Amino acid sequence: MAILQVRNVSKRFGGLQALNDVNLSVEAGTVHAIIGPNGAGKSTLLNCFVGRLIPDTGTVMFDGKSLLGIKPHQINQIGVSRVFQTPEIFGDLSLLENVMIPTFANRDGAFKVNWWKRADRESDVQEHAEAVLQEIGLYEKRHEIADAMSRGDKRRLEMAMCLSQDPKLLLLDEPTAGMSRADTNATIDLLKRLSETRGLTKVIIEHDMHVVFSLANYISVLAQGTVIAENTPELIKGDPRVKEAYLGTEAE
Amino acid sequence: MFGLNRNDTLLLIFVAIITFAAPILMNPFPTESSLAQFNAGYPDLMQRFVIFGIFAIGFNILFGLTGYLSFGHAAFLGAGSYACVWMFKLFGYNVLPGIILSVIVAGILSVAIGYISLRRSGIYFSILTLAFAQMSFALAYSVLGQDMFGLQGGLTNGETGLQVYTSDPQIFHSEAAPNLPHLFGLPMRETWVWEYGAWSFQFNAGFYLCAIIMLVVFYMSIRIFRSPFGMMLRAIKTNQNRLNYTGVNTRPYALAAFVISGMYAGLAGGLLSAMDPLAGAERMQWTASGEVVLMTILGGAGTLIGPVLGAGLIKYFENIFSKINDAILEGWFAFLPETIGDAVVWVLHFFVGKGWHLTLGLMFMIVVIFLPGGLVGGLVQGAKRLFGGRRRKNAPPPSASPTSQAAE
Repeated sequence: MAILQVRNVSKRFGGLQALNDVNLSVEAGTVHAIIGPNGAGKSTLLNCFVGRLIPDTGTVMFDGKSLLGIKPHQINQIGVSRVFQTPEIFGDLSLLENVMIPTFANRDGAFKVNWWKRADRESDVQEHAEAVLQEIGLYEKRHEIADAMSRGDKRRLEMAMCLSQDPKLLLLDEPTAGMSRADTNATIDLLKRLSETRGLTKVIIEHDMHVVFSLANYISVLAQGTVIAENTPELIKGDPRVKEAYLGTEAE
Repeated sequence: MFGLNRNDTLLLIFVAIITFAAPILMNPFPTESSLAQFNAGYPDLMQRFVIFGIFAIGFNILFGLTGYLSFGHAAFLGAGSYACVWMFKLFGYNVLPGIILSVIVAGILSVAIGYISLRRSGIYFSILTLAFAQMSFALAYSVLGQDMFGLQGGLTNGETGLQVYTSDPQIFHSEAAPNLPHLFGLPMRETWVWEYGAWSFQFNAGFYLCAIIMLVVFYMSIRIFRSPFGMMLRAIKTNQNRLNYTGVNTRPYALAAFVISGMYAGLAGGLLSAMDPLAGAERMQWTASGEVVLMTILGGAGTLIGPVLGAGLIKYFENIFSKINDAILEGWFAFLPETIGDAVVWVLHFFVGKGWHLTLGLMFMIVVIFLPGGLVGGLVQGAKRLFGGRRRKNAPPPSASPTSQAAE
C-alpha cells in the first residue's frame, strides 16, 4: 500500500523549472531513496511534503489526506516527521527536554496551555523520552545541554526527537551530509537497526551512493526536476540513464 | 511544598521573608545619621519596588522564556492604571475591583496588540510593539483626552491625568469608608511606625498588599517556568522552526505568553493607581517600556528572581542616587585636602543627582559586557566557580545558557 503518493507535481521559481511533472509513490514499510545530482530538485520536492512549499500543480497525498496547503505542525500531527540537513535541535535545552517536547506535542496536540502542571512530574512523557534516548544510545548524556554535543550526537538526538513521536513516515534530508566516514557508517548502522526494530517508512534524500545502496529498498532518480528512473537498487546501478545523469562521475 | 521542587520552594520562602522584612532591611541607617538618605524603607519607594517587580516578572515570562523582545509593555501598564482609576470614579475607592479590571483591560489590549505584532519576529516584532505603545500613548495623551460622549476630559483627561473628583458618581462610596483608596476599609496610606532606638521603621498597608500580590504572581511565574507550557516557550526561544516541524503550533504559545505578561503589566499599573489614585499618559511612554527591558536584562533575563532584583536596583537608583547633591558629596569628602576633595566632588557630581542615569548606564554596560546572564547569572556562575568541586559530574557545564539552569 502506498503511504505517500505524489502526482504530477510541478514547481517553478521565476525562470527555473525546479520540478517538472514528478510522480512518486512510497510503499509503507520501505526505505525509499530519492537521489540525483545537485540542483535536481530533491530538496524542493521534500519541502513540498512538509508544508514549506506549495507546488504549482499536482497533488501530494499522505495516508489518504492531502499535504498541500496545511501547515508544518499539522503535517507533523498527522504522522510525518522530518530530519534536517543540518541538525535542528533545541540547543539551549537538555537532551531529555529535547525529546520530551516532541512527546508532549504528540500527547497534547499542537497547542495546550498546561501551565499549572510540572514538566518533571509528567512521568509518562519523561519515561517515554528516556526510553527513546536509551534506544538511540544517548541516555547517559540526557542531562547535558544539546549545543555541547558533537555533530554526530546532534544528528542522533534529532533522530530520537522524530522517533519519540512514532511517525508513520520519516523524511531524512541528507542524514550524513558533512559527516566523517566513521560517523556516516554509525548513522547507517543506526538507521538499519531502526528499520529492523521499528519497521518505519522512510524517505531519504541522499547524495552519498554508499549510504543509498546500504539502506534503500527502492530508489527514484531525479534529474532536472523529473524522475528519470525508479527501481530497486540492483537495477538502478546498471541503468544507463542514471549514469548519464551523473555524467559517470558519481555512479558506482 | 506548593507543588514546587526543593530549590524553588526555598527561593519562594527566601523572597517572601525578604519582602515582608523589607521595611526593616531597607532602613539600615539611623534616622538622624548622615547615611539616612540611603534608606529606602519609606512606603512610597517600597511600593514601587514590588509593583515594578511585578511588571518585570511578567515581562520576563515573554522576553526571558520566548525571547520575543517587546518594546511596548508600558501600554499595558498605562491601560491598567486608567482602568483602576475609572473604577474609583465610578464605584468608589475600594481597590479590589480596580485591580481586577486593570488586569482584564490589559489582557484584552494585549490580545489585540499581540495578535498583530506576533506575525513578525525579531526586530520587526519589537518595532511593531513600540509603534503600538506610542499609538496608545498618543491616544491617551490627546485623542482620548478630549471632551467626548459628554465626558469632560474624555477617557484619560489628557495631559492633566485621570483623577477622582468629588463630583464623580462613586456609587458604592459610603460615609463610613475612607475617602482615599482602601481595601474593605483599610486605607492604603495607613502606616504603622515602629521607633526602635535611633531607627524608625514604617509598615505600610499598601506596601503589604502589593507584596502579597507580588508573591502570588511570583509563585505563578515559577509554575509557568517549570510547566510543559514553559518548556514550549523556551523551545520557541531556542529554535522556533524545529518546534513547528515537531507538531507544535508556535504562534498561540507566543500569544499566550504575550497576554500573560501583558496582564502582569496591567496588574502593576492597577496597583500604581491603587497606591496613588492618579493615572497619567507618561506611564505609557516608550521610556517606561525601555525601563522594564533594562530591569529584566540587568537582573538576568530568563532567571526567576533576576527581574525583581533589576527592578529594585533601578528604582533605588532613580530615587536615592538622584537625591545626592554636591553639598552632600562635599560633606563626604571633607576629610580630603581641599583641592583633591573639590576635584573628586567635581568628577562625582556628574554621576549623582540628575546624572544618576549616567551611573545606571555604566552599570548596565558593565553587566551586559561582563555578565551576559545578568546579575543573577553572574552570581550563579560565581557560586559554581566557588563550589565547583561539589557539582555532580553529569551536571551541565558552567558555560550553559542561563535559561535552562534550574534554581535561580
